[in-house]
Amino acid sequence: MLTADADLAISHRVAPRPRGQWLLRAGALLLGAITAVPLAVLFGAWLSPQTLVWQHLATTVLPELLRNTFALLVGVGAGTLVLGCGLAWLTARCEFPGRAWLDWALMLPLALPAYVLAFVVQGLFNPSGPVRWVLHSLPGGGSITFEARGTGWVIGILTLAFYPYVYLLARAAFLGIGRGTLEAARLLGLGPWATFFRVVLPMARPAIVAGLALALMETLADFGAVSVFNFDTFTTAIYKAWFGLFNLPAAAQLASLLLLFVALTLVAERRLRGRARFHETARGAPAPRIVLSGWRAGLAAAATGVVVAAGFALPVAQLLAWVATSAATELDVRYWTWLSHTLLLGGSAALVTLSGALLLGLARRQFSDRTTLAAVELSSLGYAIPGSVLAVGVMLSFSGIDNSLDALWRHAGGDHLGPLLGGSIASLLLAYLIRFLAVANGPVSSALECLRPSLIEAARTLGARGLDLIGRVYLPLLRPGLVTAALLVVVEVMKEMPATLLLRPFGWDTLAVRIFEFTSEGDWRRAALPALTLVLASLGPVIWLARRTASGNPSA
Amino acid sequence: MPDTLLRIDDIACRYDQVIALDGLSLRLRRGEIGCLLGPSGCGKTTALRAIAGFEPLVRGSIWLGGRHIGMPGFGLPPDQRGVGMVFQDYALFPHLSAAQNVAFGLRGLPQRERRSIATRLLELVGLGGLSERYPHELSGGQQQRVAVARAVAPQPRLVLMDEPFSNLDVDLRERLGSDIRFLLKEQGVAALFVTHDQNEAFLIGDHIGVMCQGRLLQWDSAFNIYHQPAERFVADFIGQGRLISGVLCAANAVETSLGLIHGNVAYPWPAGHRVALLLRPDDIVPDPAGPVVGEVVARAFKGAETLYILRVGPETEVLCEVPSRLDYPIGARLRVRVEVEHLILFAD
Repeated sequence: MLTADADLAISHRVAPRPRGQWLLRAGALLLGAITAVPLAVLFGAWLSPQTLVWQHLATTVLPELLRNTFALLVGVGAGTLVLGCGLAWLTARCEFPGRAWLDWALMLPLALPAYVLAFVVQGLFNPSGPVRWVLHSLPGGGSITFEARGTGWVIGILTLAFYPYVYLLARAAFLGIGRGTLEAARLLGLGPWATFFRVVLPMARPAIVAGLALALMETLADFGAVSVFNFDTFTTAIYKAWFGLFNLPAAAQLASLLLLFVALTLVAERRLRGRARFHETARGAPAPRIVLSGWRAGLAAAATGVVVAAGFALPVAQLLAWVATSAATELDVRYWTWLSHTLLLGGSAALVTLSGALLLGLARRQFSDRTTLAAVELSSLGYAIPGSVLAVGVMLSFSGIDNSLDALWRHAGGDHLGPLLGGSIASLLLAYLIRFLAVANGPVSSALECLRPSLIEAARTLGARGLDLIGRVYLPLLRPGLVTAALLVVVEVMKEMPATLLLRPFGWDTLAVRIFEFTSEGDWRRAALPALTLVLASLGPVIWLARRTASGNPSA
Repeated sequence: MPDTLLRIDDIACRYDQVIALDGLSLRLRRGEIGCLLGPSGCGKTTALRAIAGFEPLVRGSIWLGGRHIGMPGFGLPPDQRGVGMVFQDYALFPHLSAAQNVAFGLRGLPQRERRSIATRLLELVGLGGLSERYPHELSGGQQQRVAVARAVAPQPRLVLMDEPFSNLDVDLRERLGSDIRFLLKEQGVAALFVTHDQNEAFLIGDHIGVMCQGRLLQWDSAFNIYHQPAERFVADFIGQGRLISGVLCAANAVETSLGLIHGNVAYPWPAGHRVALLLRPDDIVPDPAGPVVGEVVARAFKGAETLYILRVGPETEVLCEVPSRLDYPIGARLRVRVEVEHLILFAD
């Protein structure tokens, strides 16, 4: 038998936690701070109030901004609620001809960014557009004049663009109510209508409220669609303050006001949802559908069909028509440059975001102290911050750092340093990281959940360690989740408009930026090719989502 | 002891401030199967994880095959210990087929050889035709067999099993239990497994250890654990029985409310010492001429026998097993005699 001392030389220390775990925690805290700093800087802008600019804003644009924002919130809220819940009820609980494919086709408008829908509608209704042409060719139609602008139109566009959030969540909730629950309600003496109002709706409420909150946040964050309609909201005002007045502090003050609206929406959602969590998935048999027939079936099919046509099929057809006439001149080296910029940004953002999501997920597995959990929670809130707000916060933080560096450099006897971080790719990637971390978090954390501790321990007792362990156990198990997360982030970044527009380095154009510039010149035809590219790219994740929700299996 | 494979000397583990394992010592020889038995939370799983190298020791040391693999502050990493482990949830790799799972720990061998070893082992555990199936395509019992095959594939000297049968139904447990005992013995692999089910322990273990609150109370053969429990907890936890208070009147005789009871074990306590006497159901024999009358207070029909709880005095109960064709209702009076071979006494 060897002596203990001889053997100790080849033994290794067994720590309660593997070495380097504190790095995970530090990383999670850093990610939390990264989200918090730009927000703190925004509110810090109130410490140096731009009195003159602010007075000008307050007397001229602010009342209109508030009015417009309230109108949008109320209008889009009501619209998405009615459209989303109604359609979800029809496809989840009823049976009518065409239901099976309308069910997933109703998710397709998610692939169409709101600003694409907006400019297609502008193009369709513009004085030389096809709708006007059809009207004029009708007898007596020549006298009809109207313009596609104003609050009603914007509400309509945003409702069509954002109802899928309510639809998806409400549909899942309706599907999740099992036959047993409904039968129990009937046995306890409730009629069909009472069952709906006292059982189905309360059970689905948390999901519906969550979907509504998502739709409202998207409404607050929207920049592209409202600017196509020249409809002033906080996001467009921020853009004008920054690029029109070159007044970043005024933009920051506007951004912090917008952020208040977002915070109010979040708080309202928490309140309305109460302590209820998302619906439980049904066990046992699903409840039977209500079979519609006759004119009811026709009406149901027509209503859902119209929504799919207006929200997806017609706009895509118009885009295709435009591309057919413009592709010959537009599909040139500039297009490929924009596309490569877009993909490069999307790819790098996916890399950064995935690393962040992995780090957060691993930290959450290992640590359960309040600080870590708070950091994790904080960093997942980034998705709620509108892109334009985020851009202002990141820009202010980075120019603060730039100024201090410059001061230091000059103190050391150097020349003027100029901006290093502000307006760089780094600032853009940081904004993407903050905004899309929550997007990557979902698939990554569900992938990490498959990675039970006993699997790792089993691999270790079988002699695997280090790279071998990572290559043979960690990576194969995490791969599906990581691929999904990367795909989602790439598409989100491709579609992202306001932050990219505000933070991109000079001359660094992406597809979304070009769409903004073409549409602000009213050049719908040339905007069609980049827009169609975005729609095609977005179809992948939407189909993935549709499949996942159709099977009801949340495996990433 | 030249053929001692596993030697554990007085080890202790703790989670944060809670002591999960406190002074465990045991030996296991090559090819021997040991079993740690105890209620949940008694530290038996912690003991296995300490041997596997997943829990650091705060005291004591572990030797495997003459090599010092663990002591406070130091431990050979799990991947270098050459100890197989079967997890409670089986922990099969979901992205690998049954054969690939079994072959996971085989290294340094050509692909063909790894395949043939995996196939042979899967045949040995009765899964010959299922080697290409993925874990989610296998039943619980089949997954369990794959997990065992995977653990023994790299030919470890010791396999650890954490409640390997707890997720299976009773029939399957007994069959798998003897199959796995056969496999381990055939491969000459020593095993230490953990369970809270004494029947499982009796079925598989050569040696059984009863644990309670982080301590090993007795490490012995199944026979001795049952018939000569070293502590009150062991007597209570293993098998059925009742403790009756009495007074020692000779080294091997106790005066109780059931009369004077003799046994073949002598205790060193002085006469007049107050003791508790363990009476198993098989110590109480129905006898129409018996000196003791008991009133039936509860009964449990068990097929061939019926187990009765008899009240034999104020606050004194015994258990008695009677062939089930003799049927006594609750409240009936039954004559029995006490027939004890080993006298099992604990200081009262």
